[in-house]
Amino acid sequence: MSDKLYRILLFLAALAVPVVCGGIIYALVSDAYEAFEHFGFLNFLTSSEWSYTEGAEQYGALPFITGTLMTTALALLFCIPFSLPVALFVGEYFKGTKVASVLSTVTDLLAGIPSIIYGLWGFYTLRPIIMALNISPQGSGILTASLVLAIMIIPYAASLSAEFIKMVPNDLKEGAYSLGATRAEVIRKVVFPVAGSGIFSSYILAIGRALGETMTVTMLIGNTNNIPSSITSTGNSMASIIANQFGEADDLRLSSLIAIGLILFLITAIINMIGKVMIKRARIA
Amino acid sequence: MNVTTKHRLAKDKLMLWGVCLFAALTAVPLIAILGEVLLRGYDQLSWSFFTQPTPTAYKAMKAIEAGEPIPGGIANGIIGTMLMLGMAVVVAVPLGILCGAYLSEHSKDRFAQVVSYLTDLLQGTPSVIIGIITYIWVVVPMKGYSAIAGSVALCIMMLPLIIRSTEETLKILPASLKEAGLALGGNKARVMMKVQLPAAFGGIFTGVLLAISRVIGETAPLMFTALGCSFIRFAVDKPISAVPLLIWEFFNDPNLQELIWGASLFLLLFVLMLNLTAKYLAKKWNQ
Amino acid sequence: MESVTPILEFKNTCVSYTKQTMAVKYVSAAIEKNTITAIMGPSGCGKSTLLRAVNLMHNLYPNIRVDGEILLNGENILSMEPIDVRRRVGMVFQRPAPFPTMSIYDNVLAGFALNGIKLSKAEKDATVERCLRSVALWNEVKDVLNKKGTFLSGGQQQRLCIARALAMKPDVLLMDEPTSALDPIATKHIEELLLELQKEVTILIVTHNMGQARRISSKSMFMYLGELVEYGDTETLFSNPTDERTRAYLTGKMG
Repeated sequence: MSDKLYRILLFLAALAVPVVCGGIIYALVSDAYEAFEHFGFLNFLTSSEWSYTEGAEQYGALPFITGTLMTTALALLFCIPFSLPVALFVGEYFKGTKVASVLSTVTDLLAGIPSIIYGLWGFYTLRPIIMALNISPQGSGILTASLVLAIMIIPYAASLSAEFIKMVPNDLKEGAYSLGATRAEVIRKVVFPVAGSGIFSSYILAIGRALGETMTVTMLIGNTNNIPSSITSTGNSMASIIANQFGEADDLRLSSLIAIGLILFLITAIINMIGKVMIKRARIA
Repeated sequence: MNVTTKHRLAKDKLMLWGVCLFAALTAVPLIAILGEVLLRGYDQLSWSFFTQPTPTAYKAMKAIEAGEPIPGGIANGIIGTMLMLGMAVVVAVPLGILCGAYLSEHSKDRFAQVVSYLTDLLQGTPSVIIGIITYIWVVVPMKGYSAIAGSVALCIMMLPLIIRSTEETLKILPASLKEAGLALGGNKARVMMKVQLPAAFGGIFTGVLLAISRVIGETAPLMFTALGCSFIRFAVDKPISAVPLLIWEFFNDPNLQELIWGASLFLLLFVLMLNLTAKYLAKKWNQ
Repeated sequence: MESVTPILEFKNTCVSYTKQTMAVKYVSAAIEKNTITAIMGPSGCGKSTLLRAVNLMHNLYPNIRVDGEILLNGENILSMEPIDVRRRVGMVFQRPAPFPTMSIYDNVLAGFALNGIKLSKAEKDATVERCLRSVALWNEVKDVLNKKGTFLSGGQQQRLCIARALAMKPDVLLMDEPTSALDPIATKHIEELLLELQKEVTILIVTHNMGQARRISSKSMFMYLGELVEYGDTETLFSNPTDERTRAYLTGKMG
């Protein structure tokens, strides 16, 4: 193969990525256009009505944006008390030991479980527990979905945070120990501040995962098209309304669902970009 | 030892035990999920489970009424998954490797940086959106759901994973390898094909295994593309089933619920085995 | 001459990294108060290992064993709580490593912050000024105290690290090749500083640099393969070593 042909071939292959991304944005925008045009962009974002009675169709994204934000925020909240200890266990306390590699295998496997199986487990195991504890009568809802979502994002937050915790120079830690600090004090006052921006960015990426998670949320959130009034009530996320209704929708409803898809795409894209840029900065520092 | 020292040491101990406790607790969901799927699914696994297609809801209902086990299995799903995965791999692997090679060779190039960012963008795109896109791109023009559409969705999801693993593996190869190849008079193409890619084989192969394990359990992007089908079929232009799609169907159909756990057990074991194999190979090849 | 009670005393001190090999073998020596003692020897001879035993740094690594006794004012530190010992025995490392997330001001006070000791604003200001003055850094940084310590030059950073250690008012200051990462001018500054500092604190310094040992120390140790070969007045050790190995090292015939 000549060098020229090789270079062209490589370039064409690399071109595939921008073509696909451009295609995604073009297809989403052009198919969402109908909904935005019909309801008005701002109105679509802020309307909480979702009704498909013929002739009086009214679609708004607010309940689903709220549902997505609530599940993501709660999942993040529930995930931190576990992912941070895992990161400290693997990256600091037992760095490089056999137990640490066992724990990272455990989190790797957690990351590998398909989301539909998380959904099943949530539905058949967690939901009855929620009901038995009288937290909510139907068992499914924002809270149930967030709990399972939290488990799903632990591996992402933990493994990346551990990487940054590991990178804290030994010089600094020994310097702090030599001043009489305990390990807990070294972690709080040296490791966390130094690894802070890296740890923060790993949670941004975990948020990016939680925002778009589909099957688990669809199976556990309760699938009602209203703005959730509390964390125990049912609702729908942007991803779950699409999963639920895309197959049966046409015309304006289809366009509205695609519009929701576009919004979801933009939110995750922005969050992921912020996370990636922060990680790059944290790695250089 | 004075009081404050005691107090500080107690806090230190508390932190250690807290970290150990909460870190250990993350193993609980893994064990609980594995345990539940194993316990509820293992007695459904039989020869016919892998060779028979899914029963209709009516047949299943009759069997339940008669107090018999539900007949049939998930063969249609396994075949659909393999077929779509095969088509996706055939396109995504060579394309991803070439693109990864481009990124590793031109890492300071402006265009390569854009491609690199877009690869991240693609990797972070929620799978349900990949489903929508493939619906718009493939299902609408072809006027119907099909195995091709499903494989396009899987292919788009695999692509960034393969690009990244190829790029990263090529980047950590010693520069001397490439230079030695070039010094012997090979052109860039030859050096890439004969020296660099073979040397990177282990990393790329691991990346492909991980990419497969990541997409094989995907449900959302297949719902609006492959749709599902209750019998065994090899046509690529017709709707087809997949194992995760079957689980979703069983979940939604009260008559078929008995089959959920066998199908989940199969999928879970398959995915986790792929994961562990990839991790093992990565470790072995790194030494 | 009346005998001075040693502030620090090694009694058969041994350090081992694995069960089979000892990095420091049965070292016994007494260090007098307000002196500078240099520890010399080829690399890998155990000098840093011995130094790090004094502030129980080895306790951080579960595989390392320290045996024998190390007495600080007559008390065996090996049976004391590490965090208490380390407050009384400060340490300065080879590479200057101020905490990158803290200002110069906070770096000096890092020991208090890490130990959870609360100081009033006036006490803080006084401590910062006292310590930065004693490392001759005050005039250079008094207007930029809120800047990050990592903006300083290598020599300034190392002086900041010394100030950080002095803030805790240690009895003994351990220095592990503190000038090996610095240029000659910064090295000279630090050496002058140490000669001043020995009035307040007893200094134990590991050095590769024989000239440095000769310039600043009153006592010297020569270590070889984990053993303390020779220990005595620096002048005597340099002009008239009793052991053949010391002589070989000093004349450049070894490591």
